[in-house]
Amino acid sequence: MNMRLEVLNSGYGLATRVLFAFVRMVSGHATPDAARLVFYRPDFYGSRMKELTHHVMRGASSWSVADRELMAAYVSTVNQSAFCIGAHTATASLAYKDPAAVAAVLSDIESAPIDEKLRATLRMLGKLEREHSVAESDMRALLEMGVSKRQIEDALAVCFAFDVTNRLADAFGFELLSSEGFAAGAKVLLSRGYR
Amino acid sequence: MASEFTARNVHNAVVTRVLQGNGEAPHPLRRAAFDNAGLEEPLRRLINKVAAEPTRVTDDDIGAVKRSGLTEDQIFELVICAAIGQSSRLYETALSALDKVSASDPGEHAS
Repeated sequence: MNMRLEVLNSGYGLATRVLFAFVRMVSGHATPDAARLVFYRPDFYGSRMKELTHHVMRGASSWSVADRELMAAYVSTVNQSAFCIGAHTATASLAYKDPAAVAAVLSDIESAPIDEKLRATLRMLGKLEREHSVAESDMRALLEMGVSKRQIEDALAVCFAFDVTNRLADAFGFELLSSEGFAAGAKVLLSRGYR
Repeated sequence: MASEFTARNVHNAVVTRVLQGNGEAPHPLRRAAFDNAGLEEPLRRLINKVAAEPTRVTDDDIGAVKRSGLTEDQIFELVICAAIGQSSRLYETALSALDKVSASDPGEHAS
């Protein structure tokens, strides 16, 4: 399987091709399409989007890295975006060291054994993705239960980053990885982040 | 504090770059893809799917746009503009609701 634009499969300069070959040699896995995309003409999109994604996923926030990876997996699940579901379910599972809890959230947000503030925040992100709007009353309810304005902003930024990536994954046709491939990718995302 | 490194500022930089910076697709076409408005077939169909139902994009949606005369680099840019445009509308809608509520809350200070 290839991405739907040939330039995204074979349009890279020598230095980038060497990097992809090095990744394959060291990890035993091809560079995933999500990473290949941000190396194509990086001045147009990839460089800034990597900065944004790294900032929102690994920068200062009172949400843990695991919580933010769960938000990425949850948004991708609502959007039915297969590549990102695989990648961020694996990363959230590794970050929490609790694959069962992550699976529970993604199958039923209401009954999953998680913190109520996180549940309510995920519920709001799900509504935004499904209905394309959220009401002031939704935001007021989050604030009143003790989710801070900054936490809501941080969650919305995670949602933006993965809403964009979901769309591009499905439009360009990112190739799905094996479970071993997603697990290997999860280790890289936790050790190195998104830069 | 316009240069403060916040998600909102980085988001603005991403949007400004794809709409106003150098590229292969004409600026008005990038803007139309971002807005998902004012496009003609077959590009309209591809861009509308990116914005409304991206899991339904097919090889032929992209093939038809190629056959209409756009290059792969132009399609690359226009699909990215469409994705960022729709995602930005969701992001800004939610931030606007949050800002309205928190502006009326004496416990919160606008940053």
